[in-house]
Amino acid sequence: MHSHEAVLKVEHVSKSFGPVQALIDGCVELFPGEAHALLGENGAGKSTLVKILAGIYDVDAGEIILNGVPVEISSPLAARAAGIAVIYQEPTLFPDLSVAENIFMGRQPLSAGRRIDKAEMIRRTRSVFERLGVDISATRKARGLSVADQQIVEIAKAISFDSKIIIMDEPTAALTDVEVARLFEVVKTLRSEGSAIMFISHRLEEVFAMCQRVTIMRDGNFVRTSTIEEISLDEIIFSMVGRDIVSVYSRHNSELGDLILDVKGLTRAGVFKDINFQVHSGEIVALAGLVGAGRTEVARGIFGIDPIDGGVVTFKGKKLKSGSPLAAMSAGIGFVPEDRRQQGLVMDMAIDRNVALASIHDLTRLGLIKSGSEKSLATRWASQLQVKFGRFSNPVKTLSGGNQQKVVLAKWLARTPSLLIIDEPTRGIDIGTKSEVHKLLSELVSNGIGILMISSEMPEVLGVADRILVIHEGRLSAEFSRAEATEALIMRAATGQESVVA
Amino acid sequence: MGASIFKKTKSSSFLLKAFQLREMGIVIAIVLVFGLALIKNSSFASTASIQQLLSGPSVVILLAVGETLVIITKNVDLSIGSVLGLSAYVVGDLFVHHQGMPIWIALLAGTLVGLLCGLINGLIVAYARVPALVVTLGMLYIIRGVDALLVNGRQIVPSSIPNSFINLGSNSILGIPILTLIAGAAVLIFTYIMRTFRPARDFYAIGSNTEAAVLAGVRVQRRVFTAFLISGALAGLGGALWLAEFATVGSTAGSGYELNVVAAVVVGGVAIFGGSGTVLGAAFGALLLNTIDQALVASRVSSFWNQAVAGALLLVAIAFDRYVALKTELALRVDRFSSSEAK
Repeated sequence: MHSHEAVLKVEHVSKSFGPVQALIDGCVELFPGEAHALLGENGAGKSTLVKILAGIYDVDAGEIILNGVPVEISSPLAARAAGIAVIYQEPTLFPDLSVAENIFMGRQPLSAGRRIDKAEMIRRTRSVFERLGVDISATRKARGLSVADQQIVEIAKAISFDSKIIIMDEPTAALTDVEVARLFEVVKTLRSEGSAIMFISHRLEEVFAMCQRVTIMRDGNFVRTSTIEEISLDEIIFSMVGRDIVSVYSRHNSELGDLILDVKGLTRAGVFKDINFQVHSGEIVALAGLVGAGRTEVARGIFGIDPIDGGVVTFKGKKLKSGSPLAAMSAGIGFVPEDRRQQGLVMDMAIDRNVALASIHDLTRLGLIKSGSEKSLATRWASQLQVKFGRFSNPVKTLSGGNQQKVVLAKWLARTPSLLIIDEPTRGIDIGTKSEVHKLLSELVSNGIGILMISSEMPEVLGVADRILVIHEGRLSAEFSRAEATEALIMRAATGQESVVA
Repeated sequence: MGASIFKKTKSSSFLLKAFQLREMGIVIAIVLVFGLALIKNSSFASTASIQQLLSGPSVVILLAVGETLVIITKNVDLSIGSVLGLSAYVVGDLFVHHQGMPIWIALLAGTLVGLLCGLINGLIVAYARVPALVVTLGMLYIIRGVDALLVNGRQIVPSSIPNSFINLGSNSILGIPILTLIAGAAVLIFTYIMRTFRPARDFYAIGSNTEAAVLAGVRVQRRVFTAFLISGALAGLGGALWLAEFATVGSTAGSGYELNVVAAVVVGGVAIFGGSGTVLGAAFGALLLNTIDQALVASRVSSFWNQAVAGALLLVAIAFDRYVALKTELALRVDRFSSSEAK
């Protein structure tokens, strides 16, 4: 499968930030033509390792050996020169520049007199897209590209470097299964051309589908490397968390209660159209579909963040004022957004303040916040949700992704909502905390809350939801009960191959 | 099949149109204002009047070229008015002491004064990472203070300036004022540079997404530093030309100029938050503001209205940008929606 010579060897690399040892003993070996998964929980040191290879961080100790020669990757430019391309989790595009210029920024093809050869740049962009089998205009601006398309541009960028080592830091986190399948094919092409691909993902099923070898890290240390044939899912999980997780998805059994949310004919021009569904207390309803199908936008429309052009939302028998998150909140709806960092939390603010943020009106007297009230509120919910933290006064950004998500949940639960809308509840959360979040959701519905969950992870949709609504390009295309739902059925509805709405 | 996510969108042509619309819009506005003023006052179309319309904003245009580069990198240079004043005085003072100084040395001296100021701005903003707004606001006052110390009541008067230099500010070649030719050359050169060379494209990358620029290997600090150097140098050159134009320099020369320049740049379609806009657009912006100014004078409207009109236009420009951005976003959404639905 691969030649004897490793193209990249990372040996006992370490990196500290002040007192925090982000990486203690990082080791990994890449061979040409392989897809290699780097696995570990959040905080295992994967991202630090990637940033070292990208030339963003210097190493404190250890060696990086490229094609048998020890090297120092001192800058992103040096990484590029060494043939290492990194595709980050968050697309890093220039919205104001053309797609072609995004791909060739800093190394635009030149003609005589060091002038940029625009025609050549566009031609090369087209040829890269052709190689990838995608159809994106080379001359349009990057602003307004879908997440999936942005990722494709990122991948095209890496490919156009002619990099022999391509590192993808959770490239599939924002992609849906169809787009991931597309990516797999691209990776196959790259492998056949002799590139080595390192792939970081929290979706283990993808790792099995795509990678030949895995390297597992835990708490900044190398744990093991093995071929994919030699290792089982349980072994991987065990190596990552250092303990057995009996069931990744917990199921709940709760009584279906009263109708709480009734959405009728909800429409927003150009985004979604004629959406009808209901949520009862004591059930988890999942909104499934491809990224960009309009799931998040429907949720935002219900909660009143985005204006809607038509339709009625009835909450607990009363018509909900549209376009007013405040009205939605006081009626008893909580909204946990997809993007914790930007929308769910104030990253620089203390943990207790973040928890108290949505309840602040109940904690004030004469417009002033009662002393200690934020902390006592936070104490109650932090212990209930088992948030792991140092001090309440620490900024939220010091927490891991999973614990940040718990803080967002605590913020809304402190308001004792009767409906919780939660967008991608476990995106970017390590597998241990993931199951805690799922258990929590299940406990909430047994206590009579209704949950509307948006998720791109099929096992999560199938494992957690009581009912599954599928949205395809702005329309509700199918509804399944937990019993009848299968991955294949949902995917068909999500890709618009079948309409099964009653 | 379900790969609609990779569908080609027609939006690039839309964006292109919106962009062209912007520069065309300014040109149309200039023509419109000119026409209206002509109805009110037929002498507005006289050769002298048109020459004045062209040469009047020349110094602002020159400064706007530099300011455009700085704003594209998501920074701002508020010190240019003071730089202009200092440079004008220094060059004037050189003439006082060296009557026979060649013109090119005078222009070079002004440019160097500006370069020095730009150097300080650039070092502090790019390398010490202090926000440009604060740094250049501080420099605005510091340079003005230095200027006042130097002037110390000794104004430069026209009699100290050789005629050959003053001619630079009032003569024409083939009917086009020399000042206009200089500003026009700067606009053309920088328009070409900004479209054609890698380091210039870096400016756009930095303003569009600084973090991504770092990851793409763009030398952000060096580019931001360069932008301030150019802005300073052009403001310095502008100071020398100001001297040629007015021949009188006190300690308040060019004060408040920076705001005229920023207004021209923004009206000309350069996004105040960086990443987009052109030197040509900024020049048109300056031309438009000056034409309105002159039109109001020619129509005998009280000069108090000038600033109100300039301010209103600034708000209209910003509102227009926002409107186009929202429209574009919606168009992209609907585009995608309907194209996928059509299948």
